Amino acid sequence: MIDEELVQLLTPEGERISNPDYESTLTSDEIFNLYRDMVIIRRLCNESTSLQRQGQLALWAPVQGQEAAQIGAGRALAPKDFSFPSYREHGVAWCRGVPPEDMLRVFRAVTTGGWDPQKYRHSVPTVVLGNQTLHAVGYAMGIQRDGAEEAVLTFFGDGATSQGDVLESFVWAASFNAPVVFFCQNNQWGISTPSSVQSKIPLYHRAHGFGFPGVRVDGNDVLAVYEVTKRALENARVGGGPMLIEAYTYRIGAHTTSDDPTRYRIDAEVEVWKHRDPVERVKSLLVREFKTKKAAFDKVAAEAEALATKLRVDVLAMGRPDPISMFDHVYAAPHPLIDEGRLEMVELGVSGGAD
Amino acid sequence: MSEETFLLPDVGEGLTEAEIVEWKVKVGDVVVLNQPLIDIETAKAVVELPSPYAGTVVTLHGNVGDVIEVHKPLITFDVGGDASAARAPAGAQAPAEQEAAVGEGRQAVLIGYGVANEDAVVTRQHRRQGSAKAPAAPSAPVVETATAAALAPRSTPPVRLYAKQHGVDLSTVTGSGRDGLITRDDVERAIGGAVAAPRISAPITGPNTTSRFVGRELESWSSGPKEERIPVKGVLRSMADAMVQSAFSAPHAAAWVRVDATRTMELLDSLKQQSSLSGVRLSPLTIVALAVCDAARHFPGINSSFDADAGEVIVRRSVNLGIAANTPRGLIVPNIKGADQLDLAAMASALADLVDKARQNTTTPGEMAGTTLTITNVGPYGVDAAIPILPPGTGAILAVGQIAKAPWVVDDQVVVRRVVELALAFDHRQIDGAMASAVLAHIGRYLHDPAAAIIAG
Repeated sequence: MIDEELVQLLTPEGERISNPDYESTLTSDEIFNLYRDMVIIRRLCNESTSLQRQGQLALWAPVQGQEAAQIGAGRALAPKDFSFPSYREHGVAWCRGVPPEDMLRVFRAVTTGGWDPQKYRHSVPTVVLGNQTLHAVGYAMGIQRDGAEEAVLTFFGDGATSQGDVLESFVWAASFNAPVVFFCQNNQWGISTPSSVQSKIPLYHRAHGFGFPGVRVDGNDVLAVYEVTKRALENARVGGGPMLIEAYTYRIGAHTTSDDPTRYRIDAEVEVWKHRDPVERVKSLLVREFKTKKAAFDKVAAEAEALATKLRVDVLAMGRPDPISMFDHVYAAPHPLIDEGRLEMVELGVSGGAD
Repeated sequence: MSEETFLLPDVGEGLTEAEIVEWKVKVGDVVVLNQPLIDIETAKAVVELPSPYAGTVVTLHGNVGDVIEVHKPLITFDVGGDASAARAPAGAQAPAEQEAAVGEGRQAVLIGYGVANEDAVVTRQHRRQGSAKAPAAPSAPVVETATAAALAPRSTPPVRLYAKQHGVDLSTVTGSGRDGLITRDDVERAIGGAVAAPRISAPITGPNTTSRFVGRELESWSSGPKEERIPVKGVLRSMADAMVQSAFSAPHAAAWVRVDATRTMELLDSLKQQSSLSGVRLSPLTIVALAVCDAARHFPGINSSFDADAGEVIVRRSVNLGIAANTPRGLIVPNIKGADQLDLAAMASALADLVDKARQNTTTPGEMAGTTLTITNVGPYGVDAAIPILPPGTGAILAVGQIAKAPWVVDDQVVVRRVVELALAFDHRQIDGAMASAVLAHIGRYLHDPAAAIIAG
């Protein structure tokens, strides 16, 4: 099932594997911080699912199982790089410094964005499937024209690789040798469609057809994801062009809170992947190699718990936006059609929010 | 003490109701935040709801099996002294709930599947508060007073357009649709018959009787809505999935035969007099079940399934006899394990047990798994025969019609006999017409003279 060309630096049991092309450069503190990120984002995600079940969010897209892919990639970004997520990259948003409550605003349907993309160098959640890859390539072409030494990282799933937008963005990125890294989290399921139906070849092989390299990394191995992504971004920054990273992982939970995965996949498959848990893998390494003490793990758990409590308080305190504000950020400059629409709404008497 | 009530949330982007599957707490339980409270089944999924409060359970607003509307009370807690400490801050009601307070109905789906009940209409309502109103600054929110009078009448965009084109003010029209929805017919009536369709002087309303349909009581023709959408879930979904899976994978063929079952009925009458069998519920189905098992022993090929993936036919020398059962929830097919090993009394009690469990909704998934051969008894519904669809993974199913008096030729004389029609549907990939006919004829002979067949073994 797993390709022999899969880049892996840790076994599922947390033992190191040497790889001639990718060597782990991380210190024990840095690895511990990756563990901390993963524990926190998992806990925040669970709280968000609970909030949805309690009627406080309209929807939630769980991240469980994909923490290593998101944290490894998110931490590989340099401060000036720019990232373009889909709707599930809460782990990447965390790495970029987006406050957790801001990640939930769009899922509570009180905003169309949630944060200032420039402030965090991280775009807002994109629900239109694969759309963000075009934004990413456009931004990367802008970097080229500025002559800046920056790179773009864009995220999408295995399902989105069947979307025209993604394939078009591959073409443009290749044609212009744009400094963009395509990060595909292959979590095996495009809602209920298995990845094997969507591509008859390993997804990372597709890159070769477009004219840039592709690599498959164990998406549940945070060390490997970090090194592969870091290398790809470095390469892009110095004019090496685009690259496709396929992070081979698994969505342990539902596609979203509106989905029931028991209807289309078998428990045995989920159990297999639970044995490849990304968090436990790093924890094993920390205990074995760095003798990390229980007190350190407990401290992270307590920190995650406190963040979850704060998240709940923040979400429950969120006000309702003025509907008119939805016209504010469509275009950077005034636009006659938008002005007309806004005026029409005002004439209809639509206004008012509640704080 | 102060109480907080958890209203059933819309957990799936536009759901209107959910069924209670299991309570995980009871009145008096002390629960912590996010402790699992209940499993509910929506049109999309079975979902576990975690507690939004820490406190003591005071009231459960429904029993297992009840269908609760979204935003109606589900569970009430005593959250101790100061309620504000435990509950969401004032004004922090979820947007979805606020929206529902203004207009109920289907919300657009953001990610994932759509919702089945398309008949619920989106009714985002714009408040009209005079045209001179200045745009409200975000810092000066308008307090909402969504009284019924302030709301636009409920209708649909095409009907609104139609009304506008004909100069009809919808606020003067009374809606006859669901929840007062104004329909095209209502607008036509308001126009005054100028464009209305020819009227029938005495409208035909139909009977006021209800009937069962896919496991629920259906409203009558006269009182029910003009169009109704029923979510495909639970037993209905199981039935639909099984039938589609079977119908589009196994090529079905059928054979049928009429049988003089007079001796079967006579045998049953005499057995009912036997003191040793008192308390045993005997019916024609008992004899049919014995006949089917006997046919399988003589022709094991009928007790087979086609494994397309493996490229093999699986012949089984043990019968798990499925019985199609009409239950309050709908059609299910539990089976009698090892039915070929049962004698008459054991078969009768196994059937009685199976029927009781099905009626009481206590049939377990295990009792529905592994069927090898099936009987569907359509006779009680007053029909002669049916051509059934195979339960997935089985090779044959026998439909038994009503046993009714009919003219029958015996020794060239037309006499009155008790006649039954049997139809055998089979998977024609592995079972051919010759074998199906042999099996059917064997069952027919058994019912024609059951005593002889039982003795012959």
